[in-house]
Amino acid sequence: MTDSTAPAAALRRADLSEERLKRRYAAEKRFRAYGLAAIFAALAILGILIGTIVWNGHTAFVQTHIAMPVYLDPEIIDPQGSNDATVIQRADYQGLLKTSLRERFPEVTGRRDRIKLYGILSNGAGFDVRDRVLADPSIIGTTQTIWVKSSDDIDSLVKGYIDRDLPEGDRRVKDNEIVWIDSFAADGGVDTKFNTTFFTAGDSREPEQAGIWGAVVGSFFTLLITLVLTFPVGVLSAVYLEEFAPKNRWTDLIEVNINNLAAVPSIIFGLLGLAVFLGVFGFPRSAPLVGGMVLALMTLPTIIIASRAALKAVPPSIREAALGVGASRLQVVTHHVLPLAMPGVLTGTIIGMAQALGETAPLLMIGMVAFIVDIPGGVTDPATVLPVQIFLWADAPERAFVEKTNGAIMVLLGFLILMNALAVLLRKRFERQW
Amino acid sequence: MNSFILIAILLVLSSIGYSFGQRRARSLSGNQPSALHSRPQYYGLYVALWCGIPSLALMALWLILEPQVAEWMLISSLPADIQALPADRLSLLLNDVKNLASGNIVSREVDAALQSAADGYASVRQIGNAAMVVVALAIGVLGLSFARKRITPGLRARNLVERTVSIVMIVASTIAVLTTVGIVLSLLFEALRFFSKVPWYEFLFGLTWSPQTALRADQVAGSGAFGAVPLFAGTLMITFIAMCVAVPIGLFSAIYMSEYAPPKMRAIVKPMLEVLAGVPTVVYGFFAALTVAPFIRRTGESMGLDVSSESALAAGVVMGIMIIPFVSSLSDDVMNAVPRSLRDGAYALGATKSETIKQVIFPAALPGIVGSLLLAMSRAIGETMIVVMAAGLAANLTADPLEAVTTVTVQIVTLLVGDQEFDSAKTLAAFALGLVLFAITLTLNVIALNVVRRYREKYD
Repeated sequence: MTDSTAPAAALRRADLSEERLKRRYAAEKRFRAYGLAAIFAALAILGILIGTIVWNGHTAFVQTHIAMPVYLDPEIIDPQGSNDATVIQRADYQGLLKTSLRERFPEVTGRRDRIKLYGILSNGAGFDVRDRVLADPSIIGTTQTIWVKSSDDIDSLVKGYIDRDLPEGDRRVKDNEIVWIDSFAADGGVDTKFNTTFFTAGDSREPEQAGIWGAVVGSFFTLLITLVLTFPVGVLSAVYLEEFAPKNRWTDLIEVNINNLAAVPSIIFGLLGLAVFLGVFGFPRSAPLVGGMVLALMTLPTIIIASRAALKAVPPSIREAALGVGASRLQVVTHHVLPLAMPGVLTGTIIGMAQALGETAPLLMIGMVAFIVDIPGGVTDPATVLPVQIFLWADAPERAFVEKTNGAIMVLLGFLILMNALAVLLRKRFERQW
Repeated sequence: MNSFILIAILLVLSSIGYSFGQRRARSLSGNQPSALHSRPQYYGLYVALWCGIPSLALMALWLILEPQVAEWMLISSLPADIQALPADRLSLLLNDVKNLASGNIVSREVDAALQSAADGYASVRQIGNAAMVVVALAIGVLGLSFARKRITPGLRARNLVERTVSIVMIVASTIAVLTTVGIVLSLLFEALRFFSKVPWYEFLFGLTWSPQTALRADQVAGSGAFGAVPLFAGTLMITFIAMCVAVPIGLFSAIYMSEYAPPKMRAIVKPMLEVLAGVPTVVYGFFAALTVAPFIRRTGESMGLDVSSESALAAGVVMGIMIIPFVSSLSDDVMNAVPRSLRDGAYALGATKSETIKQVIFPAALPGIVGSLLLAMSRAIGETMIVVMAAGLAANLTADPLEAVTTVTVQIVTLLVGDQEFDSAKTLAAFALGLVLFAITLTLNVIALNVVRRYREKYD
């Protein structure tokens, strides 16, 4: 009390406070700017992530086609003139395309150069011709201009992913190939068309013939199994824990256990699936059935936690009213509480399913990484799923798989956005404030 | 598909049972439902449960046991000299017999003995399947008629149904516990088998990791060293880099969101940050491998540094981006839970907002924030796809973030993907690594959840 009452000291302190206030306000402004900078950094990263994917991936939805004039030689397509679809189907259309390439560039002679020349077309280009012929067999014997798929390297060149100015040795597409493709382009014979193959085919070693449909179907079967297993079990256990369970050691244990299970790394669930479902029970490898079971165990905690929150939000007065008019406890739940909590439960389920759709690691453990060309027809057929397909393509050496990978990521993100939007909509539409 | 059709048939049978029971109860009461103990629907449910549960349970049991029984029968039908083969050769042979039976490609020449074994196996499976269908349907029908007979107006159907339903609920809620038990048991069991081949101290403290052991005796391969320290070091380094990225960005955005941001901005920015959490990890992995790693490499080279194309830095930075939303949304919740009165007290003393945050709110929320950081860390340690795609495979013991390191999860994936022998030390090592991973993340989670819970109780 003795040192601070002197008037001179008080005066000096007042002077200082002015300055200190300025300093404090500056610190305040700085702190605020840090916060804003952090948010902008996070949003910028999100922007870059999405931006690079869309920038690199939008070209996956189109494919370079080349207009090839083909003489549909009846000698080769249908020598007996039987007009039988099975005969027409089996003809060597790739050979016809090779013939017309040879005719167009007669100066190409050596065996090596010829193979290079044939290589500007896709190995599957013959199928484009076949489909045209099958659609209208009367064109056999005429010369038709048919748009066929180019090979993946030519596709990359046309889309501008291969730099023409590089020295020839560093380039995947050689000088003579560029000359050939430019000669087609000069006649307007090179164009990019919508890539239906990407949405209808299974996996392939050739980028231009690879598609995501097999993976989409695999994802669908896997999620179907996950949903069928996890939804009833999740809702039943949430109802039990929230409405019926007595408060004791055992239910405490279950609760702690569920919270911990929600944070167990997903790859551990894969190890569980490998050791138990494949090792002990002997279920088939690579099957959506096992994948779905593993993902069901993984999403179960999410669904239980979300359902419990939804059940908790239903006010006790509703339960008391129902009990008051003589309903049994189960009737209270099934007739009143559960229907009222359903929007919340469904929202949680959709979010859990979205999580399962994006999951990769546990499925690697149970062998869903195989190279599978066929579209799976059931839950026990070998299959792969969209994220695993992305993983497989990301590893592929061909340049053209980069855009396919980005394209597949765009499709996957599209599904996820759709599911989350549905969840938000459900919450907005049916959420009740009590 | 056969069993799915059977399930569908049994479900249809149950719903038929439901309407049977209901009608029976109505007619017994002489169309006066008040004469019944329960409402007629409960009699229907009673019949449906009697019809569905035993038959479906039998079917499940059958599907699990039948392959084992069939295999046992197959082995006992084989000639004695084949039965005496070592276990791995025998299992190869059995695989071939099964493939032959289901008409797939076989890896050896088919002789008469093999063919007859395959035929026998196929017929056993066929008979087994047919028997399952018949028995399951018979039990369904029996259950239906039994329950229908038992219906009397005085039957306490509602109580019986409710008791069954509550048993089903209890079973459902124990599945989560069973999952944990399954995880622990399967990891422990396989890890113990691994430790019988490789001593545990060598695994935990050994400094070299080269798991490529020879599959055959004449193969040239690594010596098979299983010292996991380089993996732990790599995991820690990548996690540390990730936390260096995620903690400042996550914490500062949480502070801004909870203290400064106007509600409108909050409503827009918060879901956008959560999008970062919803992006599948395989997408982050691809982003790390194709965009971030080359970028870091180019930047490093322009500064005259030698950067590996699978540097720990790239994987760590992208993993940090992935866990930003975990840090920010959890810390945001925690700071919002700090009571209004503490804030008001600080403002009343003349503190600026940032001073209030730094000196009052942050210390008050610290336990919760630590909990959220621990949760984010356990997420980073267990994350797989980013490191599989962006980090290396070589187990370098290094402290340089520009070099390639490998992690526990990467090694689990590389050891288990592709062709494998289920008994080799190589595959079993993956389970030992899994056990370590599970133990570490579980410990972190338990601590974090406890801290957060205690913190909540303090302010609730």
